[in-house]
Amino acid sequence: MTETLLALAGLTKAYPGVIANNDVSLEIAPGEVHALLGENGAGKSTLVKAIYGLVKPDSGAMHLDGQPFAPADPKAARAAGITMVFQHFSLFDALSVAENVALGMERPPPLRDLSARIRDVSDQYGLPLDPTRIVGDLSAGERQRVEIIRCLLQDPKLLIMDEPTSVLTPQEVEILFETLRKLKAEGTAILYISHKLEEIRALCDTATILRLGEVVGDCDPREVSAREMAEMMVGGTLHVPEREAGPEGAVLLTLDHLSAPSPQEFGTPLRDISVEVRAGQVLGIGGVAGNGQDELLLALSGEMAVAPDMVRLRGQAIGHLPPNARRALGLCAAPEERLGHAAAPDMTLTENAALSGKTRKNLVRNGLVDWGGARDFATTIIDRFDVRTPGPENVARSLSGGNLQKYVIGREILQAPDVLVVNQPTWGVDASAAAAIRQAIMDLAAEGTAVVVISQDLDEVMEIADAFAALNAGRLSAPRPARGLTIEEVGLMLGGAHDMEVAHAEA
Amino acid sequence: MDLTAIDPLLLLASLMVASTPILLAALGELVVERAGVLNLGVEGMMITGAACGIIFSTLTGNAWLGFAGAALGGLLLSFLFAVLTQLLLSNQVATGLALTLFGLGLSALLGQGFAGTRPPAFPKLDIPLLSNLPVMGQIAFRHDGMVYLGLGLVAAVWYFLTRTRAGLVLRAVGENHDAAHALGYPVVLIRFGAIMFGGACAGLGGAYISLVRVPQWTEGMTAGAGWIALAIVVFAGWKPGRLLLGAYLFGGVTVLQLNLQAAGLAIPVEYLSMSPYVATIIVLVVLAAGRKPGSLGQTFHASR
Amino acid sequence: MITLERRPQPSRAWSYLSPILAVLITMVVGGLVFAALGKPPVEAIRTIFWDPLFGDFAGYFRPQLLVKAAPLILIATGLSFGFRAGVWNIGAEGQYIMGALFGAGVALAFYPIEARWLIFPLMVVAGTLGGLLWAMIPGVLRVRFGTNEILVSLMLVYVADFLLDAMALGLLRNPEGMGFPGSRNLQQYPSAHNAELIANTGLHWGVIAAFFAVVAAYILLSRHIFGFNVRLAGQSPRAAAFAGVSANRMVLICLGLSGGLAGMAGMFEVAGPAGQVLASFNVGYGFTAIIVAFLGRLHPLGILLAGMLMALTYIGGELAQMNLQLPRSAIQLFQGMLLFFLLAVDVMTNFRIRLGRKGVA
Repeated sequence: MTETLLALAGLTKAYPGVIANNDVSLEIAPGEVHALLGENGAGKSTLVKAIYGLVKPDSGAMHLDGQPFAPADPKAARAAGITMVFQHFSLFDALSVAENVALGMERPPPLRDLSARIRDVSDQYGLPLDPTRIVGDLSAGERQRVEIIRCLLQDPKLLIMDEPTSVLTPQEVEILFETLRKLKAEGTAILYISHKLEEIRALCDTATILRLGEVVGDCDPREVSAREMAEMMVGGTLHVPEREAGPEGAVLLTLDHLSAPSPQEFGTPLRDISVEVRAGQVLGIGGVAGNGQDELLLALSGEMAVAPDMVRLRGQAIGHLPPNARRALGLCAAPEERLGHAAAPDMTLTENAALSGKTRKNLVRNGLVDWGGARDFATTIIDRFDVRTPGPENVARSLSGGNLQKYVIGREILQAPDVLVVNQPTWGVDASAAAAIRQAIMDLAAEGTAVVVISQDLDEVMEIADAFAALNAGRLSAPRPARGLTIEEVGLMLGGAHDMEVAHAEA
Repeated sequence: MDLTAIDPLLLLASLMVASTPILLAALGELVVERAGVLNLGVEGMMITGAACGIIFSTLTGNAWLGFAGAALGGLLLSFLFAVLTQLLLSNQVATGLALTLFGLGLSALLGQGFAGTRPPAFPKLDIPLLSNLPVMGQIAFRHDGMVYLGLGLVAAVWYFLTRTRAGLVLRAVGENHDAAHALGYPVVLIRFGAIMFGGACAGLGGAYISLVRVPQWTEGMTAGAGWIALAIVVFAGWKPGRLLLGAYLFGGVTVLQLNLQAAGLAIPVEYLSMSPYVATIIVLVVLAAGRKPGSLGQTFHASR
Repeated sequence: MITLERRPQPSRAWSYLSPILAVLITMVVGGLVFAALGKPPVEAIRTIFWDPLFGDFAGYFRPQLLVKAAPLILIATGLSFGFRAGVWNIGAEGQYIMGALFGAGVALAFYPIEARWLIFPLMVVAGTLGGLLWAMIPGVLRVRFGTNEILVSLMLVYVADFLLDAMALGLLRNPEGMGFPGSRNLQQYPSAHNAELIANTGLHWGVIAAFFAVVAAYILLSRHIFGFNVRLAGQSPRAAAFAGVSANRMVLICLGLSGGLAGMAGMFEVAGPAGQVLASFNVGYGFTAIIVAFLGRLHPLGILLAGMLMALTYIGGELAQMNLQLPRSAIQLFQGMLLFFLLAVDVMTNFRIRLGRKGVA
């Protein structure tokens, strides 16, 4: 592998207030699996968007097969043999698989022929997919197959994958890696973006590590330890959260045959969920995206009403109560989506403090909002959770993801709830903020709060949970003690590889 | 009251005529909404089309040129809407309302010199052979060119949306503009095109009222037809076939109440006159079906 | 290349500046339109904006300002809550008519009994209720069946309009009117007359109601939890649900509030300045109020100023019609343009415009 497929030299891209990429250079050879490693905000996404023609770099040069390469738009990039599997934002829920694939191709054949080719390629690579299905009805793993097949149909020279495993079960990850290795053997180069070190060690030939927009190192991931890579990525040593296991208390939260249809189109209904959470206990609920996580949070926060007995707090039926009544009784929640659900983007931090804190912090008297009190509460959250912002009068969307996440989690924790439910508490958050959030959740449990952590990040769940349960297609498995569970066992609880194993056996 | 004065054949034939303005305007709006844009300015574009139609046809003495002028008028007005909502990122609901208020004023100003002028006649095209068919000939084949153009456009839009690549891209843009952008489709450009097609269609629909249905110019003569067109798009579930059905349903109610008025039904005229609007509400409540485009009405801004 | 770049915070300065800028641009473009119509532009603008307040006959026009502004402000204040919450009631014109019909209906039912302490307050209640009930139709349909409230409320304007015609010719027609359409004139029925409270000021009960509505709206928006919930529901529906705001209740309250205030405005108008139920009773206040609400930035104080400005264009427009033979539709165009330019300039509140390549920060 001496020839070079794609070479970047001195790529720089700045946005107001932040330099996303500063003088980034790297080279990818045909058939090479090249990892791009870095924390959130390190500039990985901007870099691949430049390669894919979505972003125009301010300076620097790219060469593809030795020719200068400056794609004006994704079409140009695709024409040159570069395709990309996105983390979000590139499928159309209401359209069929075949239509989705066609939209990602330059000159798609007629839909009938295309469907046949989708079937061929999906068999060939062990990624079964029915071209006539509506994408909105597919599971997260299946949706990713749509994107991958869309790329494969174009015989790419370079396949870019942005955090592809975040939506897969461990078994599905294995199958994906099989597919990628096959592609590699055929000479396709793969640029693989991730922050999961073990995956990169298992798959990649080379790794380029980015921090704050700059290349801080290259390495062969099979030869350095995960710890060394992590330290390069973070630029320091990691603080691993710890807690003292306290004695478990009385049952605070009971879910009793909780079933409910999804309020969202293409959502997952909850099916007969029963579980108990005790004071001082952290229940981790793992699962791949789109298996009922959002619905479970809505049913617990009170945004979705269910039959009264399905949700009980200290034995009291609360399934029918709206959010504020549940807060008054001691149940607080923090949804996954920071901007637009947990917080209103264009409102100030003070206003966002009142948003969910008004009940327990007594911020409304005779219908009038105590804005002074709300500001004090906001300031307390900012101080206690080290939220980096000029002050409580700044709007929520001006904060970085990690800081806003600390703010919304801190807002619920500081209300001293008896039961706290969080969904994806550290999603898209840099490592130090994630560690701080996990520590705060564990401290809260240590004080006797019953905590439910819904997360797709299995490492996170295993790190902080006392008991682990898996959410799969709206059903919750029986919880098992987290200590001692192997990743294979967890994977099987998550539903294994769904229908993929057979396909690969044939391939 | 003399119900025998109502000739069912004539009723069905005039139904096709009465529904044409709404059909044209609704068809344009359907394409706009499939591209993810909600333009509430249909009424304003229709009334401007009605005024432009009178002006151009009177000045040129040719009804077809009147229609062309009306399409141009509607298109220009929708261009303003496109600039505001797509480039200046204004709220689509508010901008649509502004367009309607603006269009009502503009048309009144443009049309004031033409009140009472009779536009040149718009000839009916008796289709050879077919127009001589018993019953059907009278109902469906003795109309003017715009009626057939409207029907042809329904078929063309259906074909475009479901059978062509460009139609697929337009639907994709309306379904999820972020995804379409990520795949490299020019969201704003496509929406500009859709909005202007909608404007031209609304202009044509308005001109059909002032050149054929009435035919003369009076202020505010579209009388809510643009809003009914918007309602029919919802009723149709954003599908061209159902749109035709909705327009005929509305045309039927309109023609029937006019006939009942003429027949001297013992109900005050005002109550009959309000029936199309009430019918629209009922239809919206009872029969509306279908899923709206995913990005409908949302502002698109390509950020990093 | 011109690019738009989202501001980290909405600009306060621009949110004040943009309405003023919009008015100025409208004056310039409006002047050009007037010039194109062969009217002297500067004189036309002066006739519309200056003469009613400070011209030769200002003494006659000034009271008209309050008379015309009161319904606009009353309706726009109600609408502003819904517009903030994403509830689009654009049928205020219909609710205004229904308020007038209900109010006048109550008065005419009592005619000729003289009991002002009973009849007038009852009319206010009935008028408010009339508008409120009319607005509840789109409200209930949206909550119950998911029907689009924009279209339903608008359709109901036409229905109310025909109902007004029917009433003027039928049920409410003056039995002593010698066959002319229209009801008895409430100005000649002391118990029902919404008269000028201080002579030659234009001040009637509707003006007072509008003033109270502005103050109450201000308090609701800035201090009360309802105002907070309204803003939340409009900006971020899912965050509102998380905060415990019921979307359905928000729809009903916003429609009820705006409908009630529009109905009240209609009642004050029919019992005072208009005097009788007549087909020509409504002159589009319900639609102009939409412009007023936006021009006032959906803020009570802004609406107060915008309402006065719009009232001025009505009066100035009439004056220009008389003195310069400026067509009435020119004023309508003028008002539409104002909203257009406002929406265009508004982009500056949330975005910065950058010329050329993006620089390194």
